[in-house]
Amino acid sequence: MKGLGTSRFFQLPVLIGVFLLGVYLQRSGLIDGMLYYWEDIVYLTNQHIQLTIISGSLAIAVGLPLGIVLSRPRFIKVSEWAMQGLNIGTTIPTLAILALSMSLLGIGFVPSVFGLFIASLLPIVRNTYTGLLGIPAHLKESASGIGMSAGQMLLRVEIPNAANVIFAGIRTALAINVGTVPLVFLIGGGGLGELIFTGIDLFDTEMMLAGALMTALLAITVDILVAACAFLMVPRGINPSRA
Amino acid sequence: MITLDNLTKIFDTDRGVVSAADHINMEVPQGEICVLLGPSGCGKTTTLKMVNRIITPTSGRVLINGKDTSEQDTVSLRRSIGYVIQQIGLFPNMTIEENISIVPKLIGWDKSRYLKRASELLEMVAMDPAIFLKRYPNELSGGQQQRIGVIRALAADPPVMLMDEPFGAIDPINREVIQDEFLKLHRELKKTVMFVSHDIDEAVKMADRIAIFKEGKLIQYDTPDDILSHPINDFVKGFVGRDRALKRLQLVTVAEVLETESSVVTAEDSLATALQRMTDAGYERAIIVVDGDGRPVGYVSRSVATTTKGNCGQHSYNLRTLVRPEDDLRTVASKMFTHDATWLPCVSEHGKLMGVVTQRGITHHLGATYKSSHAKEQNLQHARVAP
Ligand SMILES: Nc1ncnc2c1ncn2[C@@H]1O[C@H](COP(=O)(O)OP(=O)(O)O)[C@@H](O)[C@H]1O
Ligand SMILES: [Mg+2]
Repeated sequence: MKGLGTSRFFQLPVLIGVFLLGVYLQRSGLIDGMLYYWEDIVYLTNQHIQLTIISGSLAIAVGLPLGIVLSRPRFIKVSEWAMQGLNIGTTIPTLAILALSMSLLGIGFVPSVFGLFIASLLPIVRNTYTGLLGIPAHLKESASGIGMSAGQMLLRVEIPNAANVIFAGIRTALAINVGTVPLVFLIGGGGLGELIFTGIDLFDTEMMLAGALMTALLAITVDILVAACAFLMVPRGINPSRA
Repeated sequence: MITLDNLTKIFDTDRGVVSAADHINMEVPQGEICVLLGPSGCGKTTTLKMVNRIITPTSGRVLINGKDTSEQDTVSLRRSIGYVIQQIGLFPNMTIEENISIVPKLIGWDKSRYLKRASELLEMVAMDPAIFLKRYPNELSGGQQQRIGVIRALAADPPVMLMDEPFGAIDPINREVIQDEFLKLHRELKKTVMFVSHDIDEAVKMADRIAIFKEGKLIQYDTPDDILSHPINDFVKGFVGRDRALKRLQLVTVAEVLETESSVVTAEDSLATALQRMTDAGYERAIIVVDGDGRPVGYVSRSVATTTKGNCGQHSYNLRTLVRPEDDLRTVASKMFTHDATWLPCVSEHGKLMGVVTQRGITHHLGATYKSSHAKEQNLQHARVAP
């Protein structure tokens, strides 16, 4: 909830900044320089998006159920340990995760997706878990007292009321994910990192900027998409942005 | 009918073993409101929650209409019992309509039926369906939310309702209103209700029977009238308060102590006629002036009638307040103190004079209470001393 407010706060200055940058780039002829790599940009952006979509969906597909299972009372002993483990996991730099992934699976697409998946898994599991644990006891009592089964309670009461926290987790995860994708170039995964790192190596500013700007654009797009999903999917009664 | 049979719950806590409910035996007859009353921690909630098996009894049984609840499927048992808690527990992610329709949906009513039911229930508590059905709980006041909590529990028309301090979090003024509303609903629907409260006034107002608990034990189970007039021991006496005689006034309505006022005057009658009628009827202080339809419009005092000449219309005083036959004597007594009156006229629905309530009549009622309870206490003491 706090994240939403802050990001709104920053939206306007960011937009103005982007606009001014665009004016500057146009004047300096950098845009023409970047357009020289247009075909590469299109190809690598596609690859970049693929990496994000595949690893992101995997992280959601695994993270949500994992968070749910860990939040069930009968796993409470296990889950305390698991959450400790996950918290330590979040402190590992994403580059290190990619390196570990490479040492396990070699180079190329698979280790890249795996590394990205691990890096984005943690926030999703953690937020799902804490979101579900944070459901007030009286709501659960009310639900079971009314005659809901455990499954009905999960689907109709617990998950909807934790939706804000869960979406915040997904948003963080995807932000990390998009931001990490350029690094997978280092373990042979492709993506816009190829333009950035090659550009840096060759002192080719246009090339580097083409990759960096595209990455930034993707990050903003993904963030807006997730926010839009949250806006539409979280019921009005508990949606801070629709109050 | 709810029957508790040696119902016991023992909690194993870090501080040792707690008997939250200790061999409770009681029966709530069909269609009655039973209030579980007692200080905090005496086991009211525990006892209540064993009825819908949110808490599993350590031993003993709960029977609903003679059927042992432990032999039923817990989920379907709960769907047949309305449940209202102090924190209300409306689901914030669902609209009012969805909240009310939960149980009907769970038990498979079709859509048109449960939607109709939701509107019907909202109307019962004087909330406009057109306005409220599509709202979310956070768009309602506390009192409105609790009304929804109550009608949600009533949605599938369960024969039994459990209510745990349902009006405890509502401000005193709204609490009175919502209590009255609930009593009105109850008179129509006749559910068997188990209701937890720690407020003796609420209990006296709502209950057909009051069960007083102390440290997990059922101390006294009686009608409010009996609890107030014959508290079984010092604990109950202390709990119901020193003003229990006054509280008992709440249980008596004006209709029960009404003195019919056979002699009245109209505005056109002369003061001499008024004086004559007062003397004939034995009214010491005043006589009521009525209009052509028998509605009280004022009164003429005896002192004015003796010293002045003219007609009643010119020399009458305004009536300060009126009471209705269904008002309770506590309200009447408080009106009397407020308006410094020794008697108040009582009028019908159409404003017609039905009679008067006098301070003497109320005192008489109180006196009768004191005598009978005093006698019974002495009997009890004898009984205790005898063996
Ligand atoms: N889940 C529990 N575990 C341990 N002790 C409990 C539990 N629930 C209630 N108790 C204890 O049982 C006693 C009765 O509690 P409760 O029924 O909630 O009282 P009341 O509703 O009358 O205030 C208290 O001493 C309370 O501390
Ligand atoms: Mg309680």
